[in-house]
Amino acid sequence: MSTPIDYLLHLADNAVVLGQRNAEWCGHGPILEEDMALANVSLDLIGQARLLYQRAAELMGGDATEDKLAYFRGPHEFRNYTLLELPHHGPLVGYAAADRDYATTIVRNFLYSALMVHVWDGLQQSADPSLAAIAAKSLKETSYHLHHSRDWLVRMGDGTEESHARAQAAVNHLMPYTEEFWTTSPAEGAAVAAKIGIDVWALRPAWDALVNDALAEATLTRPNFHGYITEGKIGLHSEHLSYLLGEMQGLARAHPGATW
Amino acid sequence: MSSVVDKVWATLEPLTDPEIPVVTLRELGILRDVRETPEGIEVVITPTYSGCPAMGQIEDDVRASLEQAGIEARVITQLAPAWTTDWMSDEAKEKLRAYGIAPPHRTCGSGSGGDVSVLKFVRRQPTEPVACPQCGSTHTVVTSEFGSTACKALYKCLDCQEPFDYFKPY
Repeated sequence: MSTPIDYLLHLADNAVVLGQRNAEWCGHGPILEEDMALANVSLDLIGQARLLYQRAAELMGGDATEDKLAYFRGPHEFRNYTLLELPHHGPLVGYAAADRDYATTIVRNFLYSALMVHVWDGLQQSADPSLAAIAAKSLKETSYHLHHSRDWLVRMGDGTEESHARAQAAVNHLMPYTEEFWTTSPAEGAAVAAKIGIDVWALRPAWDALVNDALAEATLTRPNFHGYITEGKIGLHSEHLSYLLGEMQGLARAHPGATW
Repeated sequence: MSSVVDKVWATLEPLTDPEIPVVTLRELGILRDVRETPEGIEVVITPTYSGCPAMGQIEDDVRASLEQAGIEARVITQLAPAWTTDWMSDEAKEKLRAYGIAPPHRTCGSGSGGDVSVLKFVRRQPTEPVACPQCGSTHTVVTSEFGSTACKALYKCLDCQEPFDYFKPY
């Protein structure tokens, strides 16, 4: 059975969108060490996205390339979780300006990498040998990202009154978006049936344990959630993705095929 | 091993990492294999980290060396098994130390990661101390989990006060 292209794009888009978001901190990090950390995390994520886009392009054949997949698809064609496209601050409309909030950045990186360590671990057994190889590489990188974000989550949550309040606000804001992890998109269903993808639902107890343990150490409370579940992974995004892609794709679209 | 394969290894032997010019690509485990196939000679390289920006330079260096030596070969990037610092020779580790970079001080087990718990990095465990490459003291602290390149972290020696790079076990 062939590898569902949409499944590879889902994994790749997750990585490229969060990589682009986190790269916004480059030159603006709260401290020099964290500026470097976020740039390094972005480098890993964009590297993972490249490998996945290359694999998708290879399977698509024709004139598909990694650059075309990254730069010449519109927002409705992106398959990333909505969580990853949100700006580094609380809920505001897309055109509103606000200071970047490092607690939002850290909480998101933690929630995402806590999922992805399990996803990559499982995908090492994918029936697609290229995806299995990418998973084995990405697992190492993601484990380090998890280590980094969990460390800061605890420092902020169990820190000062101000850092605790900001970390709790970020958890309250972002946690509802993680509900999207547990629904099954058609691409995920097809990938699981072909033994190429893994059933994310089965990872939920492990993710819950990891998240609850970290939140407890950080003296943070996990909010209850009963509400709307986002659908970024089937192409229904928030308004924030278009702004992000506008910046990421602008150069490639203004000067198609440019090299330097 | 054929003489052509030997010649390719010899040609590529002087090539070093663009960011760490004291260790060769072979010693770092980036240059993985040279093999003879029905389609000709293949040189296999593997990236350290997915987004390592030095990979483009490394591939160019390999091609240029082959061209200069008049050897026709294809350069192939292979991901599996995933690169690990466990492949680094003791000789390479000593070179890193002499250059001022603390080498990885523990092994990572299986390169594939299949039998390694994914949670091993999660808990803040007391890890074995990293020795300062300048004075050898193990009285050191991490100043940043991320450093000047993807493969390194920043440390500081509390005895000689020197800051230093640490090549992360990976």
